[in-house]
Amino acid sequence: MAFEINGKTYETDEEGYLVNLSEWDEEAAKYLAVEEKVEMTENHWEVVNFLREYYNDYQIAPAVRVLTKAIGKKLGPEKGNSKYLYELFPYGPAKQACKIAGLPKPTGCI
Amino acid sequence: MTESTGGIDMDEESSGTIKKFAFVNRKAPYGTIYALESLEVVLISAAFDQDVSLVFMDDGVYELKKGQGTKAVGMKNFSPTYRALEGYDIEKLYVEKESMEARGLTEDDLVVPVEVLTSEEMATLMDEQDVVLSF
Repeated sequence: MAFEINGKTYETDEEGYLVNLSEWDEEAAKYLAVEEKVEMTENHWEVVNFLREYYNDYQIAPAVRVLTKAIGKKLGPEKGNSKYLYELFPYGPAKQACKIAGLPKPTGCI
Repeated sequence: MTESTGGIDMDEESSGTIKKFAFVNRKAPYGTIYALESLEVVLISAAFDQDVSLVFMDDGVYELKKGQGTKAVGMKNFSPTYRALEGYDIEKLYVEKESMEARGLTEDDLVVPVEVLTSEEMATLMDEQDVVLSF
């Protein structure tokens, strides 16, 4: 499967995750967000960018629990909790935010 | 006159027994899928709040070697992921001294802080485990 924006093609797997991490850009993120019915605000971008940094550092998409803890460490306890993250990404922060960030589905994602 | 308890088990909490798991890594990082599979199982096991230890011996010590270049073999360099283990609360990493020395490696060559154990100490560690999984 694939989608196209401004003549650029993005290949996706059967669940809609980008196949090539390197193809990701903001336009792709916006498209994937619409698909996930997420309206991107500054707070959403903050999490998406955090995930991209995490992946760049560790080469994996973190489990929700790990993401929550890491966000709390970096952005403060008012953001490092599942209530906040689920408000931003109601169908699962790891799953939805990872998809928008162009990362693979997290390992151990239940 | 008999009263049913409705199947309510008051001891539900006791099902959360913590066992000691050791994942033993003995193979080079690339060429076979063992190293990567082991790492994935470890990451998943973190969700179950068990007492997890990772052991690296034989060629498995190469899994932690700094500066892995994988372009030529066409595989992803997953060694940075070992540095994520701390965030998963997996902090017990043991490397066998003899295996490291036989390959001319020291702790400074590794991507994460580890505890170095002699093969004798390693035997004791494994003896203490409830489950030992070898990869």
